[in-house]
Amino acid sequence: MTPSVVLVTGVGGYLGGNLAARLARDPNVERVLGVDTAPPPKDLLRRMGRAEFVRADIRNPLIAKVISSAKVDTVVHASTTAHPAGPARRTLLKEMNVIGTMQLLAACQRSPQVRKLVVKSTAAVYGSSARAPAVFTEDGDLRQENGHGYARDAVEIEGYVRGFARRRPDVTVSTLRLTNLIGPHVDTVLTRYFALPAAPTVLGYDARIQLLHSEDALAIMERATVEDLPGVFNAGGDGVITVSQALRRAGRLPVPFPKMAIPAAAGLFRGARLVDFSPDQMRFLNYGRVVDTTRLKTSFGFTPRWTTRSAFDDYVAGRGLRPVVDGAWLAGVERRVLDSGARG
Amino acid sequence: MAMQEAQVIPLRAARRPIPAQVRPDEHIAEPTPLRPDVPPSQVDGLSQRLAGAVGFLRRRIAGDYTVDEFGFDQDLTDAVLYPALRLMYERWFRVEVSGVEHLPADGAALVVSNHSGTVPIDALMTAIAVHDNHPTQRHLRMLGADLVFQLPLIGELARKSGQTLACNPDAERLLSSGELVGVWPEGFKGIGKPFRDRYKLQRFGRGGFVSAALRTGAPIVPCSVVGAEEIYPKLADLKPLARLLGLPYFPVTPLFPLLGPLGAIPLPSKWHIEFGEPISTEGLAPLAEEDPMLVFNLTDQVRENIQQSLYRLLAKRGSSFRLPGISQ
Repeated sequence: MTPSVVLVTGVGGYLGGNLAARLARDPNVERVLGVDTAPPPKDLLRRMGRAEFVRADIRNPLIAKVISSAKVDTVVHASTTAHPAGPARRTLLKEMNVIGTMQLLAACQRSPQVRKLVVKSTAAVYGSSARAPAVFTEDGDLRQENGHGYARDAVEIEGYVRGFARRRPDVTVSTLRLTNLIGPHVDTVLTRYFALPAAPTVLGYDARIQLLHSEDALAIMERATVEDLPGVFNAGGDGVITVSQALRRAGRLPVPFPKMAIPAAAGLFRGARLVDFSPDQMRFLNYGRVVDTTRLKTSFGFTPRWTTRSAFDDYVAGRGLRPVVDGAWLAGVERRVLDSGARG
Repeated sequence: MAMQEAQVIPLRAARRPIPAQVRPDEHIAEPTPLRPDVPPSQVDGLSQRLAGAVGFLRRRIAGDYTVDEFGFDQDLTDAVLYPALRLMYERWFRVEVSGVEHLPADGAALVVSNHSGTVPIDALMTAIAVHDNHPTQRHLRMLGADLVFQLPLIGELARKSGQTLACNPDAERLLSSGELVGVWPEGFKGIGKPFRDRYKLQRFGRGGFVSAALRTGAPIVPCSVVGAEEIYPKLADLKPLARLLGLPYFPVTPLFPLLGPLGAIPLPSKWHIEFGEPISTEGLAPLAEEDPMLVFNLTDQVRENIQQSLYRLLAKRGSSFRLPGISQ
């Protein structure tokens, strides 16, 4: 069923705003409503074309009025922020995430026109620890050893979404667990982290990370909105890179800190308003996280165009990051040594 | 997928410096080069080796290598980790291997071994034994305790050398992608047992490894390691200290902690690793892994098999520390 009236939350953000712009270009979609507390940046607003912007707070019951009066049939909840890129007030974010979702779902439940709900979730719901399996599948439990932070919010949000799906079985609900986004234009903790000239790492730990190119993330969100694909889907690029490998590819200098000094170092970075390293983010940098994307490729029917590695390289090229040591120079040395050996 | 990339073994073999195979005496025995158009200095050992090292350095600095979803870094493993372990394998423990023909040429298999030695060196030596004696040099993907992955540096190196957490999802994932997986079901009970209990197999966990093998239809290859018990003879256990450090035990050996860091050097015992005949898990009743009795019986069968070959190997071997000149 192609949606006729789509409501997208969080259009002030990268994913929400660009998704609204993409949907506005789709002639089959009658009307696109974008909701956020603050208007999107000017260039994004221009690209959004015929999409309408509604300045509203999803924590406010007024959202129910918007949904019912505009006869919204598809709701895309893209305003959930698992990991804010910059320093943010935690309590406010938790409110926006959890209370906002509750209010939005309550409004959806009341409106008989709503037929589809797409929720942007995060792979952070699986947590990261030394006791977890190397690769997470959608059926794995979300039993959180790390019971706080944004990951906890995301687990709670998914809980409310499951409750909603139970109460409104007629609504198609798609939950997308996105891995960390990367790309030249997106602003996330990781894009800020890898742009630091000297990146703090945890001594003796090298996490495996899986990335999703922001363009792939948009395409996945759009597909979930336009098609009927109920279920929970992990979304991430193929393959894995480690933090140290990524730092080398980006030509950054790793500065290892002993694990004990990490909270203090994280506080320093937060204080300097560079990057927000929350405790669960630090755990992520210790142990990493990889998800199984078989379901995304088979039942969802989408194969990401970028692998983890190519997505990261696209980010490095797009941001103009230069490596410290030139790989071509070393390749030349390698050739010269071989040549001199061959000549005797 | 990354898993498949990591498995392409012939490529890696081709990348290896040639001198390992071409010994100087073979040069003398074969004076005419096979390819006359190529000057003999082409296979010059030193420059090949040097270029290999520079190439490795380039890949490492540029981050131009592949890591699979479990964190296995084949480039690092083959160039640095395995050669370092091989030194210990060949020179210190002088490991003898038998029954390599029981390891499958390709496809999944679960190598189940006894565990001993206070520090899990036996697992690493088994990995070298598999890699160096297998015709296609397969990497043994070891399943380790969660403690390994919590420790700094050790956890990192464990993942890079192809280890992952001993849990059913990981084991089944590796087996269903056709890997050779190693498991030590005795766990800490086996590796941390006192010296007086040497070569007495402990309980084999809850048989999780058997259900993983049953679910994936992978054969079980029993493996017996003799010699590892003597590397750090654990005479006593300082339990309060272990609790304080969050370790399963704190060993007291004849040299540790008496000699401090020097006591951490393992005793040079002579090792023998034997791979037994594979136990097939195919053709059993469907949903056999749901039948606890069958799982227990199979677990006992594997355990008994390893215990018997341990006794046999022990009866054959003389002194635990015999020197190369005296042996054979």
